[in-house]
Amino acid sequence: MDSRFRRNDKEQMEIKPTPTRDGFGEELVALGKINPNVVVTSGDLEDATRAEYFKKEFPDRFFNLGITEQDVVGTAAGLSTQGYVAFATSFAVFLTNRAYDMIRMDVCYNNLNVKVVCSHGGVTVGEDGASAQCLEDFAIMRVLPHMRVICPADYIEAKKATRAITNTFGPFYMRTSRAPLPIITKEEDVFDIGKANILREGKEATVIACGVMVSEALSASDRLKAEGISLKVVNMHTIKPIDVDMIVSCAKETGALVTAEEHQMAGGLGSAVAEVLGQYYPCPLEIVGVKDSFGESGSPAQLLAHYGLKDINIIEAVKKVITRKISHK
Amino acid sequence: MPTQTLDIESLKKKAVVFRRDILETLETAGSGHPGGSLSAVEIFLTLYGYQINHKPLDPSWEGRDRVIVSKGHVSPVVYVTLANFGYFPKEELKTFRKFGSRLQGHVHTKVPGVEFNTGSLGHGLSFANGIALGARMRARNFKVYCVTGDGELQEGSVWEAAMSAAHYKLDHLCTIVDYNKVQENGPTNEIKNLEPLGKKWAAFGWHVIEIDGHSIEALKKAFDEFSITKGKPTVIIANTVKGKGVSFMEGKSAWHGKAPNKEQLAEALKEL
Repeated sequence: MDSRFRRNDKEQMEIKPTPTRDGFGEELVALGKINPNVVVTSGDLEDATRAEYFKKEFPDRFFNLGITEQDVVGTAAGLSTQGYVAFATSFAVFLTNRAYDMIRMDVCYNNLNVKVVCSHGGVTVGEDGASAQCLEDFAIMRVLPHMRVICPADYIEAKKATRAITNTFGPFYMRTSRAPLPIITKEEDVFDIGKANILREGKEATVIACGVMVSEALSASDRLKAEGISLKVVNMHTIKPIDVDMIVSCAKETGALVTAEEHQMAGGLGSAVAEVLGQYYPCPLEIVGVKDSFGESGSPAQLLAHYGLKDINIIEAVKKVITRKISHK
Repeated sequence: MPTQTLDIESLKKKAVVFRRDILETLETAGSGHPGGSLSAVEIFLTLYGYQINHKPLDPSWEGRDRVIVSKGHVSPVVYVTLANFGYFPKEELKTFRKFGSRLQGHVHTKVPGVEFNTGSLGHGLSFANGIALGARMRARNFKVYCVTGDGELQEGSVWEAAMSAAHYKLDHLCTIVDYNKVQENGPTNEIKNLEPLGKKWAAFGWHVIEIDGHSIEALKKAFDEFSITKGKPTVIIANTVKGKGVSFMEGKSAWHGKAPNKEQLAEALKEL
């Protein structure tokens, strides 16, 4: 039985892995029904981002602006001034990279109620290859003032995150996945922006992960348990504002941290955690991420393995960080 | 109808005041952009003094027409216009570009009457489209104006937005191009030719009006034409002179982004 499909309870094993983009698309429709102020712009990728669910229900509040990412963001900014919660949607590479200046100026500098929600984060995009696999969005989004950055770990969390960013004023960036991800959270779990969730308690080290890497971290924790190593697992769904208290308390409790993300090692979750540790509570840290390279074509599973984004890579990092912890003392 | 309409004679008198205020503001600041400010004086004057519905003492009034300044570097003409129309005390112009001032180097919403922070070119029109779409959905009847530069039209994002405005038939949106023919490093049409500019906009589905952008009469007529044009957005291509009104600045790219010193200011003021 694949331990990746479960968290703490057996009933979760029955749930089919689902892309987080589906959670976004479905929740957007639910929100559209209760909130007439939700509007969506799209760069002709609503089929892929799942914004098309909203388009079908609310065609008058949906704008496919064509393949014009800059316009997708700028128009959303303008719409938001008329009291709308404006979602700007496309692939992560296209909006965060190509329309960066619009996100910086129109959305963040003007501090408007725009939610940049992008599917196709990370190498799990798969066969399309590097051009479509966004590996730098956390880095470039989190350095923007006013911007908050979220990466849900599964379908259930994606729905909660979509609701939370809709109901919280101001700029947000949210990354969703194309690939089906194991369901690892529960309906009753609390989702608060900026508050990480502890999924497993443990003593020797903590893994702080986001997105697809949360299920890998759970799997690593299962496998390490068999070796007698107890691993704390934290789901850091909000990369900005980062949960400083959680990071510091994990550092104090376990004395060694590993971060895991489907993103470049530079500038993302690992960097955000390192910034906190360096300033508040220095302790050994290992970062699991993509090592300064572009992706390539392949299946999501092949690519996760190739780029060192599997449970075994987390296990390796945990063992290393525990050794460093001992020599650190 | 505009909230406050001025006759041609008082508008013409105001143009002189605007140019003086712009030059003095720039001299006090020691930096800034005179060329594109002086070229756009009549555009802003006619907008605020004739065309738009606005309440300077209630700048966030929901029914106001929206003026989006896409060429954000012409903050001098924007702030001078707003101060002269009573949005904030003229005295404050002395703080332009100074630390702690509301009057940021490029237009900023800290300043009453400014709708959108700009400064990076090619942003205004998409934003204006968004406002226009939102207003239509809300059944709000105000109009949206977007003032762009000409060098700015080299930005591809302008044309993305131009397509959208025509596609969505935003006939309550009017773009005014300050076509002063000069950008930072030389003549616009030598750096990257915009011509045939009117035909480009027409091909993108816009109603095109080409005028002398220093003629208040022509601007008024153009705005009147915009007001009755249905089914497509309007662009007013305002042919202007960079640095208009100051002989040593006119047509000179060197005065795109440089403030006059005391002597130059004195010389310039003599000419107005």
